[in-house]
Amino acid sequence: MSKINVIQAIRDALNEEMAADERVIILGEDVGRIGGVFRATDGLWQKYGDNRVIDMPIAEAAIVGAAIGAALNGLRPVAEIQFADYIHPAFDQIVNEAAKIRYRSAGGFHCPIVVRAPAGGGIHGALYHSQSVEAYFCHAPGLKVVAPSNPYDAKGLLKAAIRNPDPVIYFEFKATYRTVEDDVPEDDYVVPLGVAAVKRQGRDLTLLTYGMMVHESLQAAEMLDKENVDVEVIDLRTLLPLDRETILTSVRKTSKALIVHEANKTGGLGAELAAIISEEAFEYLDGPITRVTGPDVPAMPFAPTLEAAFMPSSAKIADAARKLAAY
Amino acid sequence: MAELSKDELLEIYECMQLIRTFEDRVSGLFAEGKLPGFVHLYAGEEAIAVGVCSHLTDDDFITSTHRGHGHCIAKGVEINPMMAELYGKETGSCKGKGGSMHIADVDKGMMGANGIVGGGGPLACGSGLTAKVKGTDQVTICFFGDGASEQGTMHEAMNLAKIWKLPVVFVCENNGFAESTPVGYHCSAKDISDRATAYNMPGFTVDGTDFFAVHEAAGEAIARARQGEGPSLVECKGFRYYGHFEGDAKAYYTEEMVADFKKRDPIGKFRQGVLDRNLVSEAELDKIDAQAKQTIEDAVKFAEESAYPALEECLTDVYVAYA
Repeated sequence: MSKINVIQAIRDALNEEMAADERVIILGEDVGRIGGVFRATDGLWQKYGDNRVIDMPIAEAAIVGAAIGAALNGLRPVAEIQFADYIHPAFDQIVNEAAKIRYRSAGGFHCPIVVRAPAGGGIHGALYHSQSVEAYFCHAPGLKVVAPSNPYDAKGLLKAAIRNPDPVIYFEFKATYRTVEDDVPEDDYVVPLGVAAVKRQGRDLTLLTYGMMVHESLQAAEMLDKENVDVEVIDLRTLLPLDRETILTSVRKTSKALIVHEANKTGGLGAELAAIISEEAFEYLDGPITRVTGPDVPAMPFAPTLEAAFMPSSAKIADAARKLAAY
Repeated sequence: MAELSKDELLEIYECMQLIRTFEDRVSGLFAEGKLPGFVHLYAGEEAIAVGVCSHLTDDDFITSTHRGHGHCIAKGVEINPMMAELYGKETGSCKGKGGSMHIADVDKGMMGANGIVGGGGPLACGSGLTAKVKGTDQVTICFFGDGASEQGTMHEAMNLAKIWKLPVVFVCENNGFAESTPVGYHCSAKDISDRATAYNMPGFTVDGTDFFAVHEAAGEAIARARQGEGPSLVECKGFRYYGHFEGDAKAYYTEEMVADFKKRDPIGKFRQGVLDRNLVSEAELDKIDAQAKQTIEDAVKFAEESAYPALEECLTDVYVAYA
């Protein structure tokens, strides 16, 4: 075991998968010589060379499109989108090509790509360096979407994603990159896709969240513990497909569901979670399904005061949980 | 240089020096931890923004980039609100909502710095289309970098501008690097302006550190656009003193390159050029230098004394009307 942060976990996963499987290549802006703007690929170009760690022009559609084409012909590309906010030029390639190629070729082609994209706020990045865009991709069957919250999961999910035969969009909450550390085994392991983690057992309500918000939620749960409110915190880890069993088992136990995400509320993942709970566990509910999310504004505002107003925090989460528990 | 009056030359110098002073000061403020967020500095490229924008009025439009401070100043955006915007203060150009990468000013025809590389090309076409439909002689300048020249949006925009014969001038600021990636690697063309041939529009490459070269080429392109003769592509080759963003270790710069930058300094070159020809006096230029420093210090004071926006501002400016 060694104590590492999220960015190191991602780098280790890439390095280990590249060492183990020569089909694994990396494409992205500034990923080679300088090792990525967040240093996720630091040292990999020096180790694996030009053919496997490929600096790309600033052209996201080409980055993902080339990854898809390479995957169709037998490679295992990992494409890096420098910030999730820049993923939109590649949206067509991801949603119309990667997600649909297996279906439209009746299983003839499959598309084992990973698209890594640093997401989320909290680093004063303002409008185009703070977005949480996961909901767009969760609406596209054919894709898998993951969002780790900690180094152990970051490494295990990335390894699983690279080995997975289908396209995986891998959102890294950059606010966790250097703030969250874990003991991570040095031996090979994967965290399977589609499996949530119960981070904290509780009786009174179920809190469903992912990414950076796992940490705010756990803090909120500790605050409420002192008030005798016992919160069960579930880190979804994979957003598509959702681990319905873990979610529903918990809600049937606690009878109350609180959903937390940074992305804005309308049409966000919370809406889908609420619908699943209503459809599958309606008779168990003993309070309104509640969401704590970013507000419905177009993007993260720049001023530090406004960014704080936008972001869900442990205090905001605790307020909502307190109300729901008392319902 | 002959057609520019002494007053014009002094104004040009003042504008370039304001940009340089602003950027150098912002670098320091960032290092001191006074600015939230990231900044991308324009120092070294002053001759391009000023060489182009000195042909424009407030009625003309520009689209800008993540490296937009120079474009803002050259297009006449006020310094105090700009600096306040970098601090995220309520007195900022965008009430603190945008920050460095997103400064916009409707009154000055500044359609916005843009955190998305290649985001401005199609917008410039739309702005050009408006002028064409309305029958005005307004021109739109699309500033973009060598990195953006590889985005699909820029290719779509240049094609569109040509088929519609729009009054748009595409000004490529080729500073040699797309973030850290050298243009010789990321670009298939020898000169980015060579691509103009494919769009069947005039294309030129000029020395982006030479104000007069930029001014002349941009002037011709803007005149063509104003007269309804359609778009052009002007590539200005230059450099940036600072890294892609403040905090960038600049591992891709060599010592020789940096030494060469100093020799090619656009402001130094301009200064020497006008002094050698006795068009202005050294005292006049020195006075402008001192004034620029004072203007920027005043702006820093203005920004620091301003308040952060109220929390409710997080929820405003979303729709014109909610129904």
